[in-house]
Amino acid sequence: MVLSGADKTNVKGLFSKIGGQAEDYGAETLERMFAAYPQTKTYFPHFDLGKGSAQVKGHGKKVAAALVEAANNIDDIAGALSKLSDLHAQKLRVDPVNFKLLGQCFLVVVASRNPSLLTPEVHASLDKFLCAVGTVLTAKYR
Amino acid sequence: MVHWSAEEKQLISSVWGKVNVEECGAEALARLLIVYPWTQRFFSNFGNLSSPTAIIGNPKVRAHGKKVLTSFGEAVKNLDNIKGTYSKLSELHCEKLHVDPENFRLLGDILVIVLASHFGRDFTPACQFAWQKLVGVVAHALARRYH
Repeated sequence: MVLSGADKTNVKGLFSKIGGQAEDYGAETLERMFAAYPQTKTYFPHFDLGKGSAQVKGHGKKVAAALVEAANNIDDIAGALSKLSDLHAQKLRVDPVNFKLLGQCFLVVVASRNPSLLTPEVHASLDKFLCAVGTVLTAKYR
Repeated sequence: MVHWSAEEKQLISSVWGKVNVEECGAEALARLLIVYPWTQRFFSNFGNLSSPTAIIGNPKVRAHGKKVLTSFGEAVKNLDNIKGTYSKLSELHCEKLHVDPENFRLLGDILVIVLASHFGRDFTPACQFAWQKLVGVVAHALARRYH
């Protein structure tokens, strides 16, 4: 699956419109993921996952920053996320199925906060982008 | 039988009560065909599906989307027997329509996104949990009679 020129434009456009709110989007994405898919909590036994958790907010900020970084380097996502890819393969070993769950929740956050941003075309591009990020992060698993 | 808490039932029916089935159904099906274009394989007789604009404006897509979401309403009305409710439809999707059940999961996820876009902040994480559960149960019920 390849990101077309239009996909890249759509994704970059979306992230530039989200701008500084990316951190909040990241935090809410995690909050929704833990709520909608409780099995994802198994990766965070060391976190306080209660409502308003500072740890979840902090981690959401990191996740958002990685997505922004990938969008800013959309021609070479593998390069941009290479260290994160190593981390996920060697240390975190999050089962690949969970990246789709995170992606679904990010889409839900965008849809609920900014429905006019998520046109069908942008939805398609963003879904492809999130798949590509997941693929990169699991690429070195075996 | 799937267990639904009182809260989950309430979250499901309160959202459903405000859904415009024709609009949301049309939008969900259109987005499925746009975001996952390989799903168009089931709709070769629908006419023009050549672009997002064509798909969104396609009257057959709108009509079929309405039909699909109307059927979804049966699950909402029969939460305690979704398996039974979809038994015949499951056979139909296997024997006549030959639809890979993965497509039910894809459509379910798209429906959740469409609901989020319509209900905004009211589509809380708890709401999303209940609806992700429901679309999963519906997908499972539709796949149940496959052979």
